[in-house]
Amino acid sequence: MKRIAYYKGCSLEGLAAEYDLSTRALCEALGIELVEIPDWNCCGSTPAHSYDPLLSAALAGRNLAIAARQGCEVVMTPCPGCLKSLKGAQEIYEHPKERKAFLELVGMEIGGRIKAVSLLQLLYEEVGVEVLQKLIRRPLTGHVIVAYYGCLLTRPAQIALFDDPENPISMDRLIQTTGATVPDFPYKTECCGATYGVTRKDIVGKLSGRILDMASRLGAEAIVVACPLCQQNLDLRQDQVNRYCKSTFNLSVLYISQVIGLALGLDQKVLGMDKLFVNPDCLLQDFERAGNQESHISQSP
Amino acid sequence: MERMKTLSIQKSRDVDFIRRVEEASEQNVSKCYQCGNCIASCAYTFVYDYPVNQIMRFIQLGQKDVVLKSRSIWLCGSCQACTTRCPVELDVARIMETLRIMSRREGAVSEPDIRTFYDEFLRSVKTFGRVFETGLLPVYNLKARKPFTDLDLAPRLLMKGKLTFIPHKIKGRKKIAEIFERFNVYRLHSSVLSNTQTDIYEEKTG
Repeated sequence: MKRIAYYKGCSLEGLAAEYDLSTRALCEALGIELVEIPDWNCCGSTPAHSYDPLLSAALAGRNLAIAARQGCEVVMTPCPGCLKSLKGAQEIYEHPKERKAFLELVGMEIGGRIKAVSLLQLLYEEVGVEVLQKLIRRPLTGHVIVAYYGCLLTRPAQIALFDDPENPISMDRLIQTTGATVPDFPYKTECCGATYGVTRKDIVGKLSGRILDMASRLGAEAIVVACPLCQQNLDLRQDQVNRYCKSTFNLSVLYISQVIGLALGLDQKVLGMDKLFVNPDCLLQDFERAGNQESHISQSP
Repeated sequence: MERMKTLSIQKSRDVDFIRRVEEASEQNVSKCYQCGNCIASCAYTFVYDYPVNQIMRFIQLGQKDVVLKSRSIWLCGSCQACTTRCPVELDVARIMETLRIMSRREGAVSEPDIRTFYDEFLRSVKTFGRVFETGLLPVYNLKARKPFTDLDLAPRLLMKGKLTFIPHKIKGRKKIAEIFERFNVYRLHSSVLSNTQTDIYEEKTG
């Protein structure tokens, strides 16, 4: 498979370290060569958007320019926020009136055509469900898992150009390859409260609260996400949400790369399972049992 | 009650405001016919002062002050639900974003904490080239005078090894700072979003 530029973004360096670990491990197992963009910088995220689309484009665009210099045609980022900024940068770069300003700010051209995709899109479109299906070593049969996409992975449709903006199914299909039961999740694209975890706890409390509530009503043991911010709001802040909603949710929230990685038989440590806040043991117990049995069998004469 | 205020839409109609919103957002706001799909889809109405469909109507009426001083434009989560469901294909979320930018430039921000958080985020990017999460929060807490924000998370973050105490400085951080500086200069000459040049990031926070 071709070399793909890897733009991990700031979250994956800190709070979402396990998303980085599991993305790298999964891509390696699938034979995808990731080339981390050298000396990449922050895309500016929502704060830059609230400042000016041009500032956002310049910050994100520098990374595209570096990736293009490396000869990469595809840049993959696991973070939908980063993806939005990268695509915004491309849009401004292609805009006849704005390119000049972009070049003045960044001082670098984006040479050649470079396509920005999410990890989810790469897994679904480049690897594909059929290929993945054949690689499953430790099926998650019997477990109930919901797929939560959040806002930006498939929206706005004319920019995302991936899956369906109202009823996306890519992540559902990917999780189904593991053998897990994936019920229809009516809140799969409802907002989790976005960047308001710090500034307005009431917003995240209410919005993430109803996502956790719906997932528990469906009997889910885990929610699978593909966005570091969604993961943060649902996992790291689950206690805060519980306090706000006077609830007692205890749902593990995993990244898509972790769930697929587990089913592929990758090591839990390599996938950063120990970095999650809500203990994902409900999904791991079978493995431990299976693992013990294996070692038991191998030890017996 | 602020909502009960009576305003004369003839007297306070700012035609230039309508033009600037439409130009900067590249949207024709007059297409909105108040179908209500946006408010039906909006997850944030419970914290808004004016629901998003009313914001669209206020723009059509040229009510600059009401719109730019509204809390709604700063509490919008940019989740794109309104944009996805607008039957006349207005990019409503982009219009809201344009309004945020305008309100900042005209010194009309009604959610100062959110703005402070964004400013400190960008300052971190400008200084290090990447966001330094551990450093960002205490500065925000200090400036927003909310010293205990997220303190409850600290022990768990520490336990998981997710608190880094030394920022990662990228080699090209000077280049990033230059992007910010060139942007500030550039903005002085761009006039679509603003006719006043108050409240520039550097002036306010530098």
